[in-house]
Amino acid sequence: MSDEAGFLTSRLEEAIGWARKYSIFQYPFVTACCGMEYMATACSHYDVDRFGAGLPRFSPRQADVLFVVGTISHKMLPVLKRIYDQMADPKWVVSFGVCTCTGGFYDNYATVMGIDTVIPVDVYIPGCPPRPEYVLDGLLKLQAKIQAQHLSGHRSAPEPRPEFRP
Amino acid sequence: MNAPAMIQAVSERFPAAVKTSHMYRGDATVVLRRESLLGVARVLKEDPAFEMNFLMDLTAVDYSCFGKKSSPAFFSSSGVMVSPSPVIPDADPWPGPTGPERFVVVYHLYSLPLKHRLRLEVPVEEADAEVDSLTSIWGGANWLEREVWDMFGIRFRAHPNLIRILMYEEFAGHPLRKDYPVNKRQPLIGPVN
Repeated sequence: MSDEAGFLTSRLEEAIGWARKYSIFQYPFVTACCGMEYMATACSHYDVDRFGAGLPRFSPRQADVLFVVGTISHKMLPVLKRIYDQMADPKWVVSFGVCTCTGGFYDNYATVMGIDTVIPVDVYIPGCPPRPEYVLDGLLKLQAKIQAQHLSGHRSAPEPRPEFRP
Repeated sequence: MNAPAMIQAVSERFPAAVKTSHMYRGDATVVLRRESLLGVARVLKEDPAFEMNFLMDLTAVDYSCFGKKSSPAFFSSSGVMVSPSPVIPDADPWPGPTGPERFVVVYHLYSLPLKHRLRLEVPVEEADAEVDSLTSIWGGANWLEREVWDMFGIRFRAHPNLIRILMYEEFAGHPLRKDYPVNKRQPLIGPVN
């Protein structure tokens, strides 16, 4: 062995992005039946821990990624907004299931037509409920997005929602 | 007690309270006058011949659009005509709404020791949408009556805590009334969508 110290060259941004994307602490905001698929994804058969996201935190202060899992009603929406506001930057939001993406098959007095009307969403995982493979695919897309982000945690603004025209 | 015997027993016991009665597919229904509900319910729970110790469900129906809209649906809960399946034998056809009253409050009773059941219906006018609360007889009526108040706007006299249970306090109106606009949204925060 040589006496020279080994070293590794990298750009700091990439290193931080790499560290962030493999240490996702998620906050599961589970309200409905999608929670079953979320649990299936988290358990050993699909094993979300392979991607470094195996440690849910039930405090928004300690979480990086808000998983909104299940139908959000108008009564629940202020709570979701407060949870989002309580999370420290950098933070991301995953919309899990069609109800959180668009309202799903609900179109009534009680249900919010997509959480992106109130909080920005990074990854949409549609499905009613989505299969665990789909969830893992969404997680990988989120990791790619985290990796690509600037060091400061700044991210490009979410795409504006297209106008609904019946 | 089977359904015909149940109807007969209730009608004989409360001749002044029972407006009409019918059976639909083996289930007994008794339509009561509003003012006699509380007394009848107490006897049904405490009399050893009935012993209805379980209030299974308490809900309401808004008949204001019933039969006034047509629908291609075979069976619909949206206030349209319902045609029973011709496949199922229908010895006791449902007679339809009992009267001109807009609302009907429905109580489903079951006796755990005697294993028989009975449905009570109480027609209620829109202008005076109020019935007696059954919380003093079945404690489980508390939240069910709050739900009926929330969804239909029917008040329950002497209810200990008649506030909304599903919708938020800021919500205006009663969403399961047929005249609540189907597209009306009342978000607490965020855009109306």
